[in-house]
Amino acid sequence: MSTISKTLYDIQSHVINATSKIVPMHRQIHGLKLLMGAKKKAFGTRRPVPEFVESAIPDVNTLALEDIDVSNPFLYRQDQWRAYFKRLRDEAPVHYQKKSPFGPFWSVTRYEDIMFVDKRHDLFSAEPQIILGDPPEGLSVEMFIAMDPPKHDVQRSSVQGVVAPKNLKELEDLIRSRTKDVLDSLPLEKPFNWVPMVSKELTGRMLATLLDFPYEERHKLVEWSDRMAGAASATGGEFADEGSMFDAAADMARSFSKLWRDKEARRAAGEEAGFDLISLLQSNEDTKDLINRPMEFIGNLTLLIVGGNDTTRNSMSGGLVAMKKFPQEFKKLKAKPELIPNMVSEIIRWQTPLAYMRRIAKQDVELGGDTIKKGDRVVMWYASGNRDERKFENPDDFVIDRRDARNHMSFGYGVHRCMGNRLAELQLRILWEELLKRFDKIEVVAEPELVQSNFVRGYSELMVKLSPKNDS
Amino acid sequence: MGKVTFIEHDQTKHVAEFKHGSSLMQIAVDNAIPGIDGDCGGECACGTCHVIIADEWFSKTGVPNEEEEQMLSMTPERASTSRLGCQVIATDAMDGIFVYLPEFQM
Ligand code: HEM
Ligand code: FES
Repeated sequence: MSTISKTLYDIQSHVINATSKIVPMHRQIHGLKLLMGAKKKAFGTRRPVPEFVESAIPDVNTLALEDIDVSNPFLYRQDQWRAYFKRLRDEAPVHYQKKSPFGPFWSVTRYEDIMFVDKRHDLFSAEPQIILGDPPEGLSVEMFIAMDPPKHDVQRSSVQGVVAPKNLKELEDLIRSRTKDVLDSLPLEKPFNWVPMVSKELTGRMLATLLDFPYEERHKLVEWSDRMAGAASATGGEFADEGSMFDAAADMARSFSKLWRDKEARRAAGEEAGFDLISLLQSNEDTKDLINRPMEFIGNLTLLIVGGNDTTRNSMSGGLVAMKKFPQEFKKLKAKPELIPNMVSEIIRWQTPLAYMRRIAKQDVELGGDTIKKGDRVVMWYASGNRDERKFENPDDFVIDRRDARNHMSFGYGVHRCMGNRLAELQLRILWEELLKRFDKIEVVAEPELVQSNFVRGYSELMVKLSPKNDS
Repeated sequence: MGKVTFIEHDQTKHVAEFKHGSSLMQIAVDNAIPGIDGDCGGECACGTCHVIIADEWFSKTGVPNEEEEQMLSMTPERASTSRLGCQVIATDAMDGIFVYLPEFQM
């Protein structure tokens, strides 16, 4: 962020925090939208919001190295990403792209180099945010995934209890019974779209549980998260209309404030605290007044719903796609269901639901023979690290008993390592345990439809046909 | 050469032999001790090799550096003698050491 917009942003969050007791949070966000609209008319935007129109991506071997642009949001959809990243890994493992629609950036593509960058938060900052492009101006909410220590550590420790293994033990039975309900209601012997009926439904239920969000309104969580993560300016996603992101944020702010106040009232009336996120925040000295710091409040809740949404959802779909491409693995699994935990890691490696995290160099850093200059954007491509042949044998293959599957980079490493990793693994393990109990065949019957994004690697449609086991 | 006893959360004991110079994480993984993961392969970057050293042995294991301290601080089950197994290099002075494993790895 430039100094000017950083200052502007500091003023905004200050004003918002100061007025939050008088003006409801969602009104403030609407206000921001108007302010930003007016400002854009007066001064123009920093960089025009790119609009992406899909066209065929050229074969990487016809390009000069400097023309390779892995920020193209169609690289994954057109199945070109493996060839592009392999060329970078082999020929330019630390690669500079000068003129992408998101501005200039470095790509780090080998396992070992990614590990280095992710570990060295003293050299590479996660601030102000971790996606390649800029979010809609004025909507940089404060999330600890995009904060450096020590601020990061304080915030993370106040919420991590909700997904800590001890809490998950409490949640396991609930997650299992919800998974069973969903699976028992699926059509048999006829194709249906797995994405809304299973992947979205299960993650929506899980998020509603974590937040103790009104169960009938759980689809809202999924919608908000999709909007917030799908901005064209940020990730090359499908939402070019920045206003819709503000609307989602305002809507979310209203719901969450209400949820917070309701809980407060119920507790004041003597109700016992739950295992949900808001109860935990309200029980913690540092965060019991979080509602009075709206940007932080919204930031932490957004982080949980965005972090836990697309990622787990696309692993739930990705596992089926992987089995379709490597059918012998499904046979292996049926013969040895005890491979499920390792398979879960392998699914997460193979899918790599989030392609990258972004950093900014805090000083000049020598890496791979090049000098990354202070202030440059650096993208750690986990999707490439997970397919690095220097680390993984036959990295493009899906092998459920792969010895080192757990060493994957999909959860990142270092202080920002995914906080929800155990929850994600738990959900996937339960899903596969319950699938194996019920179905003899799980067939993907059409080519899946992939999402437009350079960040989220996922599926919008996956047609599946289930055949029950004979004995059930 | 020496011996280390890993004690799982449910009190199951596993005795493993070690060579001077390997890390507690590596020893545990090589001997397939349950309850320790080592996802980052010893880079001090995942926190899944958390161990709790028996009090009387703690002083023999050295002191965590800043990097290790930071990863440890994110561990919910952190105890006063917590270490990351990959950062504790076994020496002859540790022959006979007792090492407790937490209930969960994060
Ligand atoms: C397969 C599923 C998931 C994947 C692949 C994934 C991936 C990631 C990645 C790559 C990071 C950043 C790591 C880094 O910068 O080094 C991250 C951080 C995070 N994830 Fe996940 N995630 C998943 C599931 C979840 C779930 C279920 C939740 C919560 C319910 C969650 C919450 C978070 C949070 C809060 C952070 C920020 C941690 C920090 O900055 O300290 N994630 N995740
Ligand atoms: S093995 Fe990752 S921190 Fe020790």
